[in-house]
Amino acid sequence: MKNTPSSTRTRNRGVLGTSALRPDGVAKTQGNFAFSSDFQAENMLWGATLRSPHPHARIVSIDPSEAWKISGVEAIIFADDVPGKATYGLIASDQPVFARDVVRYMGEPIAAVAADHPETCRRAIAAIKVVYEGLPVLSDMDAAIDPATPAIHPDGNVFRHQRIVSGNPDVMGDVVVEGTYDIGMQDQAFLGLEAALAYPDPGGAGVELVVATQWLHEDRKQIADCLDLAPEKVRLVLGGVGGAFGAREDISLQVHTCLLALRTGRPVKVQYGREESFFGHVHRHPGRIHLRHHADRAGKLVKVEGWMKLDGGAYASTSSAVLINGITHLQGPYACDNSRLDAWATRTNNPPCGAMRGFGVVQACFAHEGQMDKLAAALGLSPVEIRLRNAMKTGDKLFTGQVVDSVAPVARCIRETDAIPLPADAQYGTGSLELPGGSGRTSDPSHIRRGIGWGVSIKNLMYSEGFDDSAEARCTLVDGVATLKFATAEVGQGFVVLAQQIARTVLGVDTVVLDTIDTQIGSAGSTSASRQTWMSGGAVDGACRLVRERLFEHVAHLHNLDPLQLVIEGTEIVDTLGPLRMPVAEASKGLRIEQTFLHRHRPTEELDENGQGNCHVAFAFVAHRAVVDVDTELGLVKVVQIATAQDVGQVLNPLALLGQIEGGIAQGLGLAVMEEIVVDRGVVRNPSFTDYLLPTTLDAPDVVAIPIEEYEPLAPLGAKGVGEPPCISVTPAIVAAIRNATGRDIVRTPVRPQDICLPS
Amino acid sequence: MSVHMPTTVDEAVALLADNPGARLLSGGTDTMVEVNFNHLKPETVIGLRRVESLRDYRVSSERIEIGAGVPYSRMETGPLADALPALAAAARTVGSPQIRAAGTLGGNLGTCSPAGDGLPVLAALDADVNLRSPRGLRSVPFAEFMVGVKRNSRLADEIIESVSIVPTRGYQDYAKVGVRNAMVISVASVCFVHDRNTASVRIALGAVGPTIIRAREAESWLTGQVDAAATLPNDENIASEFARRVAAEARPIDDHRSTSAYRRHAIQTLARRLYIRSTK
Repeated sequence: MKNTPSSTRTRNRGVLGTSALRPDGVAKTQGNFAFSSDFQAENMLWGATLRSPHPHARIVSIDPSEAWKISGVEAIIFADDVPGKATYGLIASDQPVFARDVVRYMGEPIAAVAADHPETCRRAIAAIKVVYEGLPVLSDMDAAIDPATPAIHPDGNVFRHQRIVSGNPDVMGDVVVEGTYDIGMQDQAFLGLEAALAYPDPGGAGVELVVATQWLHEDRKQIADCLDLAPEKVRLVLGGVGGAFGAREDISLQVHTCLLALRTGRPVKVQYGREESFFGHVHRHPGRIHLRHHADRAGKLVKVEGWMKLDGGAYASTSSAVLINGITHLQGPYACDNSRLDAWATRTNNPPCGAMRGFGVVQACFAHEGQMDKLAAALGLSPVEIRLRNAMKTGDKLFTGQVVDSVAPVARCIRETDAIPLPADAQYGTGSLELPGGSGRTSDPSHIRRGIGWGVSIKNLMYSEGFDDSAEARCTLVDGVATLKFATAEVGQGFVVLAQQIARTVLGVDTVVLDTIDTQIGSAGSTSASRQTWMSGGAVDGACRLVRERLFEHVAHLHNLDPLQLVIEGTEIVDTLGPLRMPVAEASKGLRIEQTFLHRHRPTEELDENGQGNCHVAFAFVAHRAVVDVDTELGLVKVVQIATAQDVGQVLNPLALLGQIEGGIAQGLGLAVMEEIVVDRGVVRNPSFTDYLLPTTLDAPDVVAIPIEEYEPLAPLGAKGVGEPPCISVTPAIVAAIRNATGRDIVRTPVRPQDICLPS
Repeated sequence: MSVHMPTTVDEAVALLADNPGARLLSGGTDTMVEVNFNHLKPETVIGLRRVESLRDYRVSSERIEIGAGVPYSRMETGPLADALPALAAAARTVGSPQIRAAGTLGGNLGTCSPAGDGLPVLAALDADVNLRSPRGLRSVPFAEFMVGVKRNSRLADEIIESVSIVPTRGYQDYAKVGVRNAMVISVASVCFVHDRNTASVRIALGAVGPTIIRAREAESWLTGQVDAAATLPNDENIASEFARRVAAEARPIDDHRSTSAYRRHAIQTLARRLYIRSTK
């Protein structure tokens, strides 16, 4: 990564702005880190889940008698065994803990078993006899929207419809381009599979759950409702989390595990295998988007009109919020006044879809960037020029009427990306692993064409539509050692090191101890929406500042000074107006100062019926340029280089930032050329890593990344969230590069070989 | 579940005779997938890793013999790769380095998936599969060994001991299309062998039919057009017509990995490219 002056800003004791090393880094690289699947308890039982093999069926009967005959089976539970609420959900509580009368997607849970061994569980699951009566499978979004289609759920087949109308929706441009874009269903494919271990309290009065999740407190609320326990009787502890990407926002095995533990009075562990994981969590919404862009002869956008349909599958999850994110980002990072847009999120018998890195914006961006290239072609402009002529800036108004008051260096992102040198021309030998086709040695250099493509995006940060996703943190300073307590889910993103950096910087301490991440403090909100640096970072920063105030008061009192004249310099307290200079460790000797801070972002609003309202908190921007080599005859692709300049606010940890950028690019590349859950009338065809393909090192491109470092005044640390933007516009950039190499109007992602080389 | 770890072929054969239906394990890269998917619950496993003679190969000018326990990693480089470049190319496309260190040619033959990467090479090289049982040694031409999707003519009491290959003189290569640049299951693959000794061209197709397909009509058409005892002519017309005929012999299907139309197109493209490569 270039241009990271921050990395040399201070001597390296791990303060903000340095590439401080993660406290969990060594353990993770050496294989010693305990992921949630590594936990065991004495006298523990194993649990497993019986799932529907059908996408839509009536349950005629369930007979567990053969399963009960298997030695070692301790509990078999069904819908009737759920003591509290029968359903759960992040926004609408419509998903049954266990299906009772009808199953609405392949993989829907019907029962759970606890037994002495995972193999006993598997046999018991197989021995439960369920008689199904097949029902018509609703798998098409248009059929779901059609009011004539019978509802597959009492709440209907449309989760939400939203319209946006702004400015003069009847105005016409001199140039009009139109396109329809399809996005396939991507999986988060975290490597650390779902796992949880539940410990029942004596007498079933409560339960403790060690679980890999993104949001401990939201889990607790939903679990407690289903168990009919008071929330304080349900204690959650974060198990080691091996990636999340949105897939751990919804409940999966949490309620099942607690129920089995409470039923048996013994600790119960449930962990999914890879195949079950594909059925156990929600995916990225597949979608279809139709857009018509109007521009004047100079290439300035006049109007955007069209529609977006996202398939939410069988249950609501976060579909209604994903939809709002999607439609409010169809504008892209471009200034434009006039719009007429409609969006639907549908319910079908396909796998439930919900949160995944980018949250509706990935889909929107694939469409609006395809449109910008069409507009450029229609006007004879370059992809860079059309984007520069429309680049949004601070003060511009969105279609929703909201004014973008974040730092908005869109043009700078584009220009700095454009200035990154292109890779050298391909010089391959026959059979080089670097050619498209890789180790299959299918291509010779003569078969290869190179293409270049662009993608630029806008992404909202934090939750929207009036949601108050606050974050709490506590700081305790004792004898020069700071201890931090928060419920922020560390899912791999590195908040644990950031929290330490904040405490070292604010308090001048070297040692920062991290307390257990659990529900013994207020919520930190979800590790989602690029929000934890801003929200939990703000909370830790606030708590540390309060502790520092108390410490300054103490020192000022002892030395007859005004606390306002004291500052922290390195590891010392310094009197700016006098000679006092004292190590923090010494000043805090024998003291115990503890402060808790609740950080809130500014309030947001819901959208009205015309899609007007200040629904988002803040925005971040990024540009991607992709260079690809394509074997146009076989339809195989090698992404050679991704150049990117990302609007990040203040850089807090350059190495962690680069990790997010490179990882996001790999995930966006996956959606561009290989990652797709293949669903055929509700049946998942590829629930394994044999057939759901993730990029390997041979698929990963060279990444040249430039952080656009402009302090964000709205953010507590001046830093924007950086997790989602890297994966959003890289997908359309790669697809645009494939279009550029092949001359074909490719309108769906991921791009399959046949989309490149066979007649459409 | 009981696990036996014999150290000689005779011991392994005797164990199999004593435990009819026992699962033979030679690398386990297929078996463990089946176990993980809960499709297989073996009662008895005979692990062949400690049978040293199975993990050996011999290369001479008359005959190449490869033990069934030789892992792909040992086919990628060294004397075996020098003698059989197509096998080396196929081995390099198998899974990850870890999979190639574990997976074996015998395991590939035992599973007999149409997408098995070693199998088109054995088909194109007219390899014999050597099977050992209490009744002695039986050799079966590969074309008669693989009889269907994951079905072969190994008898219940036989252990795959080795494959035998008569060395060829001329170009040989293997190319495979997958939707990822490494570590990917085959969507379509082709092994091309030109043998000037027998004046023959042999081409075998993977993942486009229930068994590995030898495009025999295209082979005989080609040997009718060119002098296969010499270097093949660098002629785009011949290459294209040969490739068209090869593709016509493929029997691909539509599935979640690809389409029939794309697989046939890929076979035709690879056949033409490998023919042209062979002329250079």
